[in-house]
Amino acid sequence: MLEVSNLSMRFGGLLAVDQVSLDVQEREIVSIIGPNGAGKTTVFNCISGFYKPTGGKILFEGREIQGTPDYKISRLGMVRTFQHVRLFNQMTVVENLLVAQHRHLNTNLLAGLIKTPNYREREQKSLDRATYWLDRVGLLDLANREAGNLAYGQQRRLEIARCMVTEPKLLMLDEPAAGLNPAETKDLNQLIVSLKSDYNVSVLLIEHDMSLVMDISDRITVINQGRPLASGTPAEVRQNDDVIKAYLGEA
Amino acid sequence: MATPNFKHALFCAIVTLIIAYPILGLNLVAQGTKVGLEGATTSTVISVVLAAFVVFFFQLFRDSIMGNLGKLPKLNPLSGREPMPQAKRAKLESWVLTAIVVFALFWPFLVSRGSVDLATLVLIYVMLALGLNVVVGLAGLLDLGYVAFYAVGAYTFALLSQYFGFSFWAALPIGACLAALFGLVLGFPVLRLRGDYLAIVTLGFGEIIRILLNNWTAVTGGPNGIGGIPEPTLFGMEFGRRVKEEGNTSFHETFGIAYSGEHKVIFLYLIALVLAVITALVIRRLMRMPVGRAWEALREDEIAARSLGLSRTAVKLSAFTIGAFFAGFAGTVFASKQGFISPESFVFLESAIILAIVVLGGMGSQIGVILAAIAVTILPELAREFADYRMLIFGAAMVLMMVWRPQGLMPMRRIHIELKRQE
Ligand SMILES: Nc1ncnc2c1ncn2[C@@H]1O[C@H](COP(=O)(O)OP(=O)(O)OP(=O)(O)O)[C@@H](O)[C@H]1O
Ligand SMILES: [Mg+2]
Repeated sequence: MLEVSNLSMRFGGLLAVDQVSLDVQEREIVSIIGPNGAGKTTVFNCISGFYKPTGGKILFEGREIQGTPDYKISRLGMVRTFQHVRLFNQMTVVENLLVAQHRHLNTNLLAGLIKTPNYREREQKSLDRATYWLDRVGLLDLANREAGNLAYGQQRRLEIARCMVTEPKLLMLDEPAAGLNPAETKDLNQLIVSLKSDYNVSVLLIEHDMSLVMDISDRITVINQGRPLASGTPAEVRQNDDVIKAYLGEA
Repeated sequence: MATPNFKHALFCAIVTLIIAYPILGLNLVAQGTKVGLEGATTSTVISVVLAAFVVFFFQLFRDSIMGNLGKLPKLNPLSGREPMPQAKRAKLESWVLTAIVVFALFWPFLVSRGSVDLATLVLIYVMLALGLNVVVGLAGLLDLGYVAFYAVGAYTFALLSQYFGFSFWAALPIGACLAALFGLVLGFPVLRLRGDYLAIVTLGFGEIIRILLNNWTAVTGGPNGIGGIPEPTLFGMEFGRRVKEEGNTSFHETFGIAYSGEHKVIFLYLIALVLAVITALVIRRLMRMPVGRAWEALREDEIAARSLGLSRTAVKLSAFTIGAFFAGFAGTVFASKQGFISPESFVFLESAIILAIVVLGGMGSQIGVILAAIAVTILPELAREFADYRMLIFGAAMVLMMVWRPQGLMPMRRIHIELKRQE
């Protein structure tokens, strides 16, 4: 469903991403790994429309989307999280999820002002959807807390829930396990697998936690200093000499 | 520690001397055909020196003075309290607002005509401030040209009545919608700009509108303005001594009471009150609707908001347009109240005053904005002797406010949507 070919991104003199290609099929978990500064987040930013790539093509469900504005891309069904959690800190947990459903609710102003039955129904639906996902990620008890007051691990989960209420086809997670303890990482592992198997969502994942990546990925793309280094199944990547030298060997 | 402070204080004192002496101490006097320069009188020199001393000592002990100022809220017995639970606060807030409105309804019958007239002006400012609050407080867009939309509303009514004989009630929605349209058209190219740039461009726009009104003499009458703007009617009843419009009746004759100029003033006041209440209610509702949440989300974290499919331009534009709409509302009422408008009513100072009300009131908070509107409009009237120093006092108040309570008199505490557990 997502096909990235020869993607390049140049910042002045720095070629942060150089001819990277990857693809994600339906119901597949694909991981991007690579050392710090390899250009992984930049690839995400290009795909999600935050940057306009300087070269290459991005196809989503057969449509070319490079250079499409970010908010339109998320409406196509491709949403992302951020390496550094970005929540609406002064809004409550449930309000964070309501904001995400903005376009489901986007009826005209008048309908909202006089609270037509149709409007109420939609509002109730989005509350229900929020409730469902809060329950799913174990945050239901904290629904009325301010998001900024949540513990770090809870914020990470809220960010994923916030993506899921938009009912995406492809979920892009940028280092979701960073800063989590082993128990939380295990929960995350199960959550991601269940997103794929129970909700038919494809996942594009950036992660440094190798055991998580090796465990849940269907395929892995390795990039190093902006250039693609290898790609394949976890087993193939693990045995690739270049990868061992450049990345795994370091650790 | 002390030395840099001392140097700085000395420097500031000298600057004060250098600036103050020529401005206050030297006078231009006409001597026949020539213009001569005359030195200062002793008293001026003394006060300039005194001022320099004040500046010197203030700067010397600035840290401790400011520090103490910062601690002032501790004197306030309410400040240390736990915030009220949300449900209780929401209830209290609606009670207070209802009480204010009920009081405002009966109040004009007890006081003088002048007070009612002033109160109408306060209500116009309340409307303006509530509208600007949407733009600045809720959507976080610094708009320094808000008065332009106020002018559009006022001039729409003035022109429609002059050329096409429109009544107040017909012009009210048209004025508001036209102002909103201006907001939409102007906002579209401008809202891509960020922060300071936006402030400057909106400032420019405000001036352009005023200058246009000033110079387009053929239509707007230029600096002479437009007069003879009709007052509102009540179901076709006019409040003047004699009926002006064919087909209308007059209020005092219909009810068989003696004519009194007060009827008109009170009626206008009540209209302004109703419109202000409508404005407050609509904006309250908007805040709890998806648009309101989108404004807040975009203000809090624009990148996250965009990643969730919120279009920056559309969301900001909605705030800008809605703000402009209410300015148009207020403008129509203003034109009707004055009966005469000219570009002079829509200078930048007006934008600054409305912005000051929003900031003083605590961005986003409605009760705060209402109180601030009352304070800013009425205090200068009470202290007429100090009229010359109005701007000075105003500026000092703003500076103190920024130091002491940067969040405003009553900072907004938004009512959150609660998720009720279905057990
Ligand atoms: N907006 C930008 N302007 C200039 N250079 C940038 C920009 N964004 C990223 N870079 C550079 O691009 C390179 C790749 O950065 P990127 O954030 O994509 O790495 P990463 O693989 O996500 O690293 P990490 O594992 O630390 O998150 C870095 O050298 C970074 O400094
Ligand atoms: Mg990164």
